Amino acid sequence: MTSGDPAQPRRVDRAGIVIAALLALLAVVLVWDARGLQSAAMYGMGPEAMPVVVASGLALLAIGNFIDALRGNLPARESTDPVPVLLILVGLALLIAIIGFGGGFILATSALFVTTSAAFGRRAVLVDSVIALVMSTLIYLAFDRLLTLSLPAGPLERLL
Amino acid sequence: MDTFAALAHGMAVAVQPMNLLYALIGVFLGTAVGVLPGIGPALTVALLLPVTYKLDPGGSLIMFAGIYYGGMYGGSTTAILINTPGESASMATALEGNKMAKAGRGGPALATSAIGSFVAGTIATIGLAFLAPWLVDVAVRFGPEDYFALMCVAFVTVSATFGDSPIRGLTSLFIGLTLGLVGIDKLTGQARLAFGVPELLDGVEVTTLAVGLFAVGEALYVASRRHHTEEKLEPVRGSLWMTKEDWKRSWKPWLRGTMFGFPIGALPAGGAEIPTFLSYSTEKRLTKHPEEFGKGAIEGVAGPEAANNASAAGTLVPLLTLGLPTSATAAMMLAGFQQYGLNPGPLLFAERPDLVWGLIASLFIANMMLLVLNLPLVGLWVRLLAIPQPWLYAGILVFATMGTIAAKPSVVELSMLAGFGVLGFLMRRFDFPIAPVVVGLILGPIAESQLRRALAISLGDPMTLLQSPISATLLGVALIALLAPFVLKGLGRFKPNED
Repeated sequence: MTSGDPAQPRRVDRAGIVIAALLALLAVVLVWDARGLQSAAMYGMGPEAMPVVVASGLALLAIGNFIDALRGNLPARESTDPVPVLLILVGLALLIAIIGFGGGFILATSALFVTTSAAFGRRAVLVDSVIALVMSTLIYLAFDRLLTLSLPAGPLERLL
Repeated sequence: MDTFAALAHGMAVAVQPMNLLYALIGVFLGTAVGVLPGIGPALTVALLLPVTYKLDPGGSLIMFAGIYYGGMYGGSTTAILINTPGESASMATALEGNKMAKAGRGGPALATSAIGSFVAGTIATIGLAFLAPWLVDVAVRFGPEDYFALMCVAFVTVSATFGDSPIRGLTSLFIGLTLGLVGIDKLTGQARLAFGVPELLDGVEVTTLAVGLFAVGEALYVASRRHHTEEKLEPVRGSLWMTKEDWKRSWKPWLRGTMFGFPIGALPAGGAEIPTFLSYSTEKRLTKHPEEFGKGAIEGVAGPEAANNASAAGTLVPLLTLGLPTSATAAMMLAGFQQYGLNPGPLLFAERPDLVWGLIASLFIANMMLLVLNLPLVGLWVRLLAIPQPWLYAGILVFATMGTIAAKPSVVELSMLAGFGVLGFLMRRFDFPIAPVVVGLILGPIAESQLRRALAISLGDPMTLLQSPISATLLGVALIALLAPFVLKGLGRFKPNED
């Protein structure tokens, strides 16, 4: 529908094939999971019915997406730069690891701030680190003390 | 009349000093977050949900009303000054408003959008106050099968009918439905799709999903194509005030926009983009200055902005009376209700009238506060827009993860947030709409339990769905809405490009 020139030969969209395959896989997982459920309902539908319905829908949509991909019906995509995406994901991974190992809120969010800022083209890592530490400390104080939300505490938080 | 008494009672709740303060904080935060580029009202509500955790339900819902309307105002400021509509509903505003700002008429553009939003919001909230009790009367007669059928209508209209591609819209919806299955089945206590992970037994948090898809996904997407676009902030030059001519050209579009926005928003048809574009094309047709369209016509800002706000109030009609969210923002509002164990619907009107009418009355107050706050404070919001992009997105991500960290500081929950972020990125990249995922997650479990209740009452006879006239009609509507886009491919004119 959105593809431009009909005279242009349409190419099979490989990403679209992958999407269709993932949807089919998701449908299989749903059915596989639903098989382990016991139908306790005397009348009507048990807990296993809805997953099967959703799985059927996903299977149909997998076929639909597959056809779209074969026809090359997917909208045009712009080129992307993978480096910033990876940097942000590294930041998120750092955040999760620091929270997981008890490093506390301030260090975790500072790590995310610095990597994201770098992903958007900043190169002044030291300046950004200082800004991040100050900002997350202020957020921590505001939310932990004023709004009494409990944010995870690490070595830095215990100093405050 | 009942409505007046109820509304007066609601006003009495809303003007309590504490509640006024909550409303003020709400509009302030809502505008401040909503004005940031790339952040629409849905994400604004999702990001600010944790701030309201510790308040009582009444105060928090009032703050919510403020955040909701504030986010809408903030979005239009961004659209006018940097031409990056945070949501599809602001696209029409960006079209003309940004041209006006470039021509040094940013002030009047902001003013007509603020005053138009106020006029539309007020009229639409009055509409809400009068329509809601009537719809509640209808809704109490709904059986579980009718509710199920109604949700089918919402599923179809949100995902398939008005999108670019029904297949991609439905795919998004079914991803949401799949996520909605995760967790313990409420009727039998059996775990579905939990894979032995204890954190998954409670199901997927709506806020985690929304913040992941909208905030993290958007940050990843913008970062990935940073080399494509350069945003330019238009300074507000000249007078902030509208001339007599501007007023003359604005008031009719405001009213017409309201007439488009409210009814379409109140129907379970999802989204404000249709009324805004209808309003835009109508103003373009009716204007006495057709030569200005495309170069910064004030009618093209006034009409769509009014339509946008009116439809936002319109979506509250099905949300409050039926518990039916028809947009991503409404889904987030529903999540806000659920965080206090409140389920919007006819029962809530009967059991907690103070809450519902307090909320409706606060909408009036929030609207008024926004008008007073926004025009004089526009300089402050403009300064927020000038934050360099690296710090802006870094800050957004810190704030986004903070919500999850405050609610559930677990590695699993944070990994889900990151995972949904990647999902949001991929969906943007491959042009899948995002709102249906959120609606599917929140409505899927409700639809399932209504269907199972209906079938339990009918002793397992599925014909019960067709024997109730309401349910049969609604299922027919859903079927037509599902098939229509395949039949009339021309319906896909409006590109859903949500916040």
